[in-house]
Amino acid sequence: MISIEGLTKSFDQLEVLKGIDLSVEKGQVVVVIGPSGSGKTTLLRCLNILEAPTSGVVSIGGKTLDFSHRVSNREIAEFRRQTGMVFQSYNLFPHKTALENVMEGPLVVKKEDREAVRKKAEAILAKVGLGYKIDYYPFQLSGGQQQRVGIARALAMEPNVMLFDEPTSALDPELVGEVLKVMKDLAKEGMTMVVVTHEMRFAKEVANEVIFMEDGVVVEKGKPEQIFVAPKEERTKQFLRMIQ
Amino acid sequence: MKMYLNSIIADPERLDRLVEIAQSSLLPMLEGAILYTIPLTLITFVLGLILAVLTALARISKIRILQIIARIYVSAIRGTPLLVQLFIIFYGLPTIGLTIDPFPSAIIGFSLNIGAYASEVIRAAILSIPKGQWEAGYSIGMSYTQAMRRIILPQASRVSVPPLSNTFISLIKDTSLASLILVTEMFRRAQEIAATNYEFLLLYSEAAILYWIICFILSIGQGRLEARLDRYTEK
Repeated sequence: MISIEGLTKSFDQLEVLKGIDLSVEKGQVVVVIGPSGSGKTTLLRCLNILEAPTSGVVSIGGKTLDFSHRVSNREIAEFRRQTGMVFQSYNLFPHKTALENVMEGPLVVKKEDREAVRKKAEAILAKVGLGYKIDYYPFQLSGGQQQRVGIARALAMEPNVMLFDEPTSALDPELVGEVLKVMKDLAKEGMTMVVVTHEMRFAKEVANEVIFMEDGVVVEKGKPEQIFVAPKEERTKQFLRMIQ
Repeated sequence: MKMYLNSIIADPERLDRLVEIAQSSLLPMLEGAILYTIPLTLITFVLGLILAVLTALARISKIRILQIIARIYVSAIRGTPLLVQLFIIFYGLPTIGLTIDPFPSAIIGFSLNIGAYASEVIRAAILSIPKGQWEAGYSIGMSYTQAMRRIILPQASRVSVPPLSNTFISLIKDTSLASLILVTEMFRRAQEIAATNYEFLLLYSEAAILYWIICFILSIGQGRLEARLDRYTEK
């Protein structure tokens, strides 16, 4: 479903990603862990080109972008439709209700029929447990509820891949569970997911593969039971010791 | 001041005359307001806002030539007096064969003015919307234009209402300058009447009160608009 080859990203002089190769099968859940500044969020943002990679090839679904030459905005917008993104700070549209947030993509980008979109959006909101909050504005919702609307908004575009950028980091501890539950349900349904998170429990329970990143490279990857129980690399061991 | 009041008290006929003038001038002045001051304000504000949004978009666009044109426009308008601009349009342009009637001249002059000043307000408002809003728009597949139109501008417009209201109130009062290019708006009517009976203090005060009332009514409208746009933010 996803394949990345030789991905690099520099901000001015600073090289944040130093050649990443990665492939994710359809229906897999990949969790990316690593210390802050390791480049994991940048990697995720390169997957939907919120950051344009400096070089490398990114393929998702059937589409491929090669950053060794110039890529047009149109190609990028087209490419982005493959992915849905969930942000650390939710980034809901504050001037729209929960329902309108979810309807916005299908309505404006895909230009689908309004009534059909409304039904779909209501169904998705019900699925994330917010069927009773559809007419609330973001400021009237808790963080956990807002993040679930964020997930619903991304799902409404029917993406092939869902990207999660530290989706629970901004939440009060008691609200983390409701968001993780929605994510687990998605994983069970066979959604392909790439998740940057500090929730190691989630990684252990749900991930098919865990990737440990540091200093812009993939240090180690493997099954969660291997990474968490018997990490091979010294740096991985150090990191896991620090967070436990 | 004392002499003025004494002259009125000492002479009952003078008082009657003043009341008479105040009453008889009210209708022509209101007519000036309804035919010119208010339409000039409203038309100019709408045209000016359209121009302002386009200018703001040009200034934040990545196209260098648009940026430069917008900068020069804003700088030139803000760096020259409104009255001088009006004079160039109305008295100056006929020299090169471009004769424009008073009212359209005023519309052009004031619109260019509002366009420049309001563009700065709108630009600041657009830039104040968090980057995450753009990214959220992009992440659901929106183009720059779609994100701007659906996500950024609606939020920026909320931010710009209070400063734009100031611009609007200033505009109402500035339309009195149109009297100098022969638009028979409210203040010009006051001038014309005063020229016949020399009751300057009375007539200009009357005009001032009428401006005040118009501004007051319109600022109530502003309050309602803000309340409406505030429905999605925490109280």
